Amino acid sequence: MSEEYSLEIVNPEKSFLLKDDVTEVVVPAYEGEIGILKDHISIISFLKPGIIKVFSKSGEDSYYVNDGIIEFKNNNLSILTSLILNLKDIDKGKISEIQKSAEEELGNSEISDQEKYLLDQKIEVLKSIN
Amino acid sequence: MASLDDLKKRITSVKSTQKITKAMKMVAAAKLRRAQESAEKGRPYSDKMNNIILNLSGGISDIENAPKLLSGTGEDKIHLCVVMTSDRGLCGGFNTNIIKKAKLYFQKILDEGKTLKIITVGTKGFDQLKRVYGDNIIERISFKESKNVNYFDADKVGKTVIEKFENKEFDVCVIFYNQFKNVITQIPQEQQIIPLKTTDEETNSSDDNYEFEPEEDEILSNLLPKNISTQIFKAMLENSASEQGSRMSAMDNATRNAGEMVDKLTIEYNRSRQAAITKELIEIISGAESL
Repeated sequence: MSEEYSLEIVNPEKSFLLKDDVTEVVVPAYEGEIGILKDHISIISFLKPGIIKVFSKSGEDSYYVNDGIIEFKNNNLSILTSLILNLKDIDKGKISEIQKSAEEELGNSEISDQEKYLLDQKIEVLKSIN
Repeated sequence: MASLDDLKKRITSVKSTQKITKAMKMVAAAKLRRAQESAEKGRPYSDKMNNIILNLSGGISDIENAPKLLSGTGEDKIHLCVVMTSDRGLCGGFNTNIIKKAKLYFQKILDEGKTLKIITVGTKGFDQLKRVYGDNIIERISFKESKNVNYFDADKVGKTVIEKFENKEFDVCVIFYNQFKNVITQIPQEQQIIPLKTTDEETNSSDDNYEFEPEEDEILSNLLPKNISTQIFKAMLENSASEQGSRMSAMDNATRNAGEMVDKLTIEYNRSRQAAITKELIEIISGAESL
């Protein structure tokens, strides 16, 4: 039996990625990373800033996401995100730009602990990419 | 009757107007293609978002504790209307149609004795509404500087709306925009975004066993604000495609009208020229005869 399912990543501007042959997707969910295989139970979850890893027959791809929502249902995984970048052809300047604005925001004392946690996460991930 | 010189001047002026409208039509056509493309590309995101929320809200057990953005404040007194129009004119009935639709709604609200608050997005809407509803307008937003519709602009509007909702400034929020159907037809829409209307009963209850991480209500309270920005973004995309489409057909009509006018004026010009020649001939002949 095949162990593939379909993945769709969309951002507000367009449908970013459509794939029918993914075997596993690892997403940075709110409470830790989740690996999703075929026939996973239906799940809805949030993403924190991090790396999405997509394993498929044709190889492995990694993407950076800022935030997002995932929905898995009937072997269809949908990822909705406002910002997604492919790590393969990433622009170093853009990464440092995001990192800088995140650091600036972190300097703002009015943010909540939760936001602070997310920003910390973001900066950490961005550093690891650079 | 206008003299030959006047006619000549008018013909040239109509011709140059025609040149302008023709150019505007070309520009609108080029922009339309891009706007239409991005409107179509934007649809999956908002559809997916809507789907997830429908699935979620279908599974929610106690309505009492549901997030306010979903269930509303329980009252229906203050209505906030977000009227989305263009920043530029010369696009046919585009803005007028939205305003007409919005005004109908305003009248209904005011007749029922409710309070009306208005946010205008785009300068043209403000211009048309300020005379009658000037006191109701609480904010005007314009994105004249941004070249293309982008998500961050929509997010800005969304955040303003949510902030006002959290400050309990309104109970119901409705957005007005034009939905793009094709180049000649744009349908003015009113869409209620707060509280969210779950009109379709498409939620298939058989598959409601979602696993949630984190908790269900936390997801909802995070997702709903995002959904508002997304819906506004969708409205902005539809609007920009509609605007270009509307402008294109308006400019096409204007070009055609100008052409007709040039033809008419040319005939008139030729006739009066002929008349002048005939008159002169008659004068010469009768002058020769009298000798």
